[in-house]
Amino acid sequence: MTENIQGLDIQAFLDQDQNKDLLRFLTAGSVDDGKSTLIGRLLFDSKKIYEDQLSALERDSKREGHAGDDIDYALLTDGLKAEREQGITIDVAYRYFSTSRRKFIIADTPGHEQYTRNMVTGASTANLAIILVDATKGIITQTRRHTYLVSLLGIRHVVLAVNKMDLVGYDEEVFNRICDDYRNFVTQLEIPDIEFIPLSALRGENVVEPSTLMPWFHGKSVLEHLESVHVSSDRNFSDFRYPVQYVLRPDRDFRGFSARIASGIVRKGDRITVLPSMKSSVITNLVTYEGEREYAFPPQSVTITLADEIDISRGDMLVHPDNMPKVERHFEAMLVWMDEKSMELSTQFYIKHTSSTTKARIDEIRYKVDVNTLEKSKIEKFQLNDIGRVVITTSKPLYFDPYRRNRQTGSFILIDPVTHNTCAVGMIIDKLEARQLPSRITDSDKVNIAHGRSLISLQERESRYNQTGCSIWITGLHGSGKNELAFILERRLFSAGAVVVGLDGSSLRTGLTRELDFSPADRAEYLRRVAHLCKLLNDQGIITICSFISPNANERDQVAEIIGRERFHLVFMNASIDYCRSNKPELYEKADRGETVNLPGIDIPFDEPLDTTFVFDPAHNEGNLETLVGYLAEKHIFPSH
Amino acid sequence: MKEYSLTNLQELEAEAIHIIREVAAEFQNPVMLYSIGKDSSVMVRLAEKAFYPGKVPFPLMHIDSKWKFREMIEFRDNYAREKGWDLIVHYNEEGFRSGVGPFTHGSKVHTDIMKTQALLHGLSKYGFDAAFGGARRDEEKSRAKERIFSFRDRFHQWDPKNQRPELWDIYNAKVHKGESIRVFPLSNWTELDIWQYIRLENIPIVPLYYAKERPIVEMDGNLIMVDDDRMPEELRKKAKMRKVRFRTLGCYPLTGAVDSEADTIEKIVEEMMTVTKSERTTRVIDFDQEASMEQKKREGYF
Repeated sequence: MTENIQGLDIQAFLDQDQNKDLLRFLTAGSVDDGKSTLIGRLLFDSKKIYEDQLSALERDSKREGHAGDDIDYALLTDGLKAEREQGITIDVAYRYFSTSRRKFIIADTPGHEQYTRNMVTGASTANLAIILVDATKGIITQTRRHTYLVSLLGIRHVVLAVNKMDLVGYDEEVFNRICDDYRNFVTQLEIPDIEFIPLSALRGENVVEPSTLMPWFHGKSVLEHLESVHVSSDRNFSDFRYPVQYVLRPDRDFRGFSARIASGIVRKGDRITVLPSMKSSVITNLVTYEGEREYAFPPQSVTITLADEIDISRGDMLVHPDNMPKVERHFEAMLVWMDEKSMELSTQFYIKHTSSTTKARIDEIRYKVDVNTLEKSKIEKFQLNDIGRVVITTSKPLYFDPYRRNRQTGSFILIDPVTHNTCAVGMIIDKLEARQLPSRITDSDKVNIAHGRSLISLQERESRYNQTGCSIWITGLHGSGKNELAFILERRLFSAGAVVVGLDGSSLRTGLTRELDFSPADRAEYLRRVAHLCKLLNDQGIITICSFISPNANERDQVAEIIGRERFHLVFMNASIDYCRSNKPELYEKADRGETVNLPGIDIPFDEPLDTTFVFDPAHNEGNLETLVGYLAEKHIFPSH
Repeated sequence: MKEYSLTNLQELEAEAIHIIREVAAEFQNPVMLYSIGKDSSVMVRLAEKAFYPGKVPFPLMHIDSKWKFREMIEFRDNYAREKGWDLIVHYNEEGFRSGVGPFTHGSKVHTDIMKTQALLHGLSKYGFDAAFGGARRDEEKSRAKERIFSFRDRFHQWDPKNQRPELWDIYNAKVHKGESIRVFPLSNWTELDIWQYIRLENIPIVPLYYAKERPIVEMDGNLIMVDDDRMPEELRKKAKMRKVRFRTLGCYPLTGAVDSEADTIEKIVEEMMTVTKSERTTRVIDFDQEASMEQKKREGYF
């Protein structure tokens, strides 16, 4: 930097300097690739190492360095004592330097596979990644792993730095072969901008100044590229997302909503919609300490005031009405496990996403990705550094966009409810509709709950009632005659002296499950509660007659699992869709007009059951009733003796 | 696209404001540690910006080692009054009564009792669950790895090998009772960024940062200013007037001055650009043992 200010008025220098922009980049590679040497060079040649640091470095290089008599630049970046002793970089270290054109933040991350989580951390805030390759070795497993992680975290600019060119005689052929290998590999991944640079970090060739030893190379040196690469348009300027962080209410007259703009551009006078209330208002002011602004853009931190008094709190999101994010409780994500403690599927995690925190559970692990081969495999649970695709359900809806489109609203962290450690991080993918995603409704941890012991045994109750506790589960479309059959069966059994309870949507949805809607994720939770209720009643010797559409075969199976398969008797009302329509014409007409969604058989699938006890035609419910009553007697369910 | 891009300083400012608001929203009882230095002054300005037009919704706390430069205390009291801050001044009463100081007890004992212990006691006394500090990652090697939200256990200790992963700008603020988070909104700022910001924003700083003729004693190569008569007389006698300034501020017997002609911010920056030593060389405490900053941080020091 020194040379830049010589002959330049300091005032002019400062005026120019204050207009620099910022580039955050990641360096991936191991000490063997010369990564620390490269960083050391960039810092050294941009005069960012002070004399006292340099003399300490020379002293340390002799004592504990791994570079013979040369200065070991690695010692400069490996700050922690343990790292210095072991000669490896464990954590992410951030280094800072600037040139006359830009300020740089380097996230220096370790290369080994066991430090995948550290590399993911460094990549999360970087715009660009320098991936180091040893020219004598070419593209190796590590290169592929680093490239995959960089693409997973959505970094759009990669520099493939082919280092140690001095050891291959600065040979163009070697360089070209490595570039071709890399191009072949990288077509599987989404990285729009890749720059190939041959260099020798040790000799300083093509690091800061263009190399004279490689006249065949016409590109820029590493530093020239870092200074000129265009990254500001990487931000999403199209979708306005304003996750409210803090409600500012200093006095009765001022009510502002503070946040950092996650994406999109917002202007004074814009009409906005508030999620989740869906209320609408107009932006009266964009307030900052410097005064009001006409417009604001990411990543600015501002405060918005609105024309109307609307109840808005932290975690809500302001958006433009014609450009909404997904609002879902059920989604898929790529998850990276960051904790020494392995994943427990029964855990209810905290999930922090933008400014909102709620609870989340993992429904299913779709697959794990081998970071070296990119092969997919099935696993039961994640261990430290595992990466894979999962299905998640949250207690409150999240307002999100796919990570590929929006890094800010597509990312989240999972927090362990006991240790409070950040145990996993995720990037939302949005390929399947929420209603096509699987849900998990059985609780694997139910065995852990200590059971209280009633003084009355199940046998005593069943003997008194002259029956065996069980659940008759009637499934079928809306209007297929489920309830009619349930009611006449309940009446008949009751009259004959049975202790019997009828359960259906109308009785449960008004109380026990009132906060749940008809989306597939909520439907799964709803059925889980019904199943547990049935189990409680069956455990008291009571017969339950359950009338629920329960369209998903997997969920019906999990209901059977909770209730107990020997107690679960499945009846399917096999009615044609025309029959159902004629029974409930209004509901189906609404669905045809798109006013009702999530209607099984119309816009979500109804899985016809295969493993039923009975398949009935609803047109003959009197006969169906007799068949069922006969079956219960024959099985000694009622009467039992 | 130029219209929608930020400069380095604007981006750092937006990031810091986001961090400060996040703490105010997520914690029950946060506090901002105010050391009277240049970084603290920048941090307080950022807090004022974060909650404008409202007031900063948490108190500031100064840990007074009782050995700060007199000009620092004067600056603190005037500035706090003028700005109407909610300022807590806390010091280790027992240490003060038993006369702990760098001349009699050495820098290590003094720092431990009057700074680290005083800080921990102050945090516990008021039950703060989050404390902002003005530390920057470019200051020192072990700081380069510190999180922005840095977790401390019930004993205020830092475990550098067991830090919470921190990705994007999503900060984990979950703590159990008694545990706390140290928050560093200036993590990504460099010394030059700080000076640039002070210049652009006209932020008042303690006059000790500007060069002036001051009574100086040379001690082990450090230029120590005679600030009061607690300095032993035989040392005071050796004092000579020299034109010096301070690059960092702390306890006067532990803070070395540098020879300088820089009496304006522009000159300070110009001097910084050509200087060959890092700012922490003027801190006596960094050199009193191997990996000493990491050790102090583990024990609870900022």
